Amino acid sequence: MREIDASRITEAVKELCMKANMHLGGDVLKALEKALDEEESPQGRDILEKLILNAKIAREESIPICQDTGFAVVFVELGQDVHITGSSLAEAINEGVRQGYAEGYLRKSICHPFTRQNTGDNTPAVVHVEIVPGDRVKLIVAPKGGGSENMSRVTMLTPAAGIEGIKEFVVKRVKESGPNPCPPTIVGVGIGGTFEMAALLAKKSLLRELGSKNKDPELQKLEAEWLEAINDLGIGPQGLGGRVTSLAVHIEMMPCHIASLPVAVNIQCHAARHKEIEL
Amino acid sequence: MNDVIKLTPPLTDADVEKLVIGDRVEITGVIFTGRDAAHKRLVELLKEEKELPFDLRGQIIYYVGPSPAPPGRPVGAAGPTTSYRMDPYAPLLIEAGLKGMIGKGARSREVIEAMKEYKAVYFAAIGGAGALMARSIKKAEVIAYPELGPEAIRRLEVVNFPVVVVNDVRGNDLYREGVKRYSRVKAA
Repeated sequence: MREIDASRITEAVKELCMKANMHLGGDVLKALEKALDEEESPQGRDILEKLILNAKIAREESIPICQDTGFAVVFVELGQDVHITGSSLAEAINEGVRQGYAEGYLRKSICHPFTRQNTGDNTPAVVHVEIVPGDRVKLIVAPKGGGSENMSRVTMLTPAAGIEGIKEFVVKRVKESGPNPCPPTIVGVGIGGTFEMAALLAKKSLLRELGSKNKDPELQKLEAEWLEAINDLGIGPQGLGGRVTSLAVHIEMMPCHIASLPVAVNIQCHAARHKEIEL
Repeated sequence: MNDVIKLTPPLTDADVEKLVIGDRVEITGVIFTGRDAAHKRLVELLKEEKELPFDLRGQIIYYVGPSPAPPGRPVGAAGPTTSYRMDPYAPLLIEAGLKGMIGKGARSREVIEAMKEYKAVYFAAIGGAGALMARSIKKAEVIAYPELGPEAIRRLEVVNFPVVVVNDVRGNDLYREGVKRYSRVKAA
């Protein structure tokens, strides 16, 4: 059994919170540059240029890419041969969020649902733990902004709806979201599992490297087809009209109940932030 | 793209009447921040006929909750938040004299009607370009509701703050027009 002190997890989460919010991933930058090549609308091109410049300023001046530094969503792949000492895993993560959001001058955006009283330190984090073989701990911090999260939905389709029904739901969701989720977006789609698993699959799909292909050839084909349908909507950068509404569609799928066809769409704004480390 | 129009609040009816959807505007001067919680409080004050923390007449409200200011800066990242959440409150503020709103995303029919009736405009700033937009903000001061943290009302001094006119006083909507131009989907 390998022992890992909770303080190491706190330190790692703190650093990841700051880095994720200030350093836009190279894959996202590359996708924005590709979008700039494809965009026909002058206004859309101007916006994409500014988003690329914005990422540069954030990195060089160590300020957040976006003022909405998000809900701290933390994915943990915990090796089953690891024993965490000194504190609980949850507390170690929350302490990392607390420190990262304070030291990084990140916005505290978490509040009581009724009173709207801010918790003041951006905790609690949303933590998803998966127990995996081995003695390593992988931590992924994915700050999620409210604007694009608000446009996300879960639905329970009938099995009769089939692939066409799923596509219709996904494209309609992007259409109805219009300018709200800060396009160009990444559209995360979770298919199958149960009600809550579909949503989690959709969120997980957003962690995949932008520009990478789905390992499942059938899903790879659907991702390309649905992206085309979405970009035909003409919503464009910031919803002001244009060719590039979304940078990618990512699908994660698992088997579902014979009675069900759960589908979730988790929309991610262009400030697609996630950083990871393995301890 | 058109030439940039320069504006400094307070704005008059004549100032906003000449603006047309798609106009690129740069704002210099004082604007006020306000989002969900602050709007709720402002509207409660208006309904109770009490004094507001600032004189709304002719002013612009920017829907933003900036990230905290690192040392030596007036503000952290400061891009717009999604505007529809302010839709239930905006018509009353427009009726009370508000002339401009800056945010991102589409407005409700009620807000667009209020803009037509009382002469006000809605501007979009680039969502998610908070680091870039902060460069146009030279000073920030909390003037009301400090307990709301990022949602407090701030008085911002801005220089050449870049926005686009999305809804004008004639009821036009740049989101609808822009999407129509690029859509490849046949109307159902």
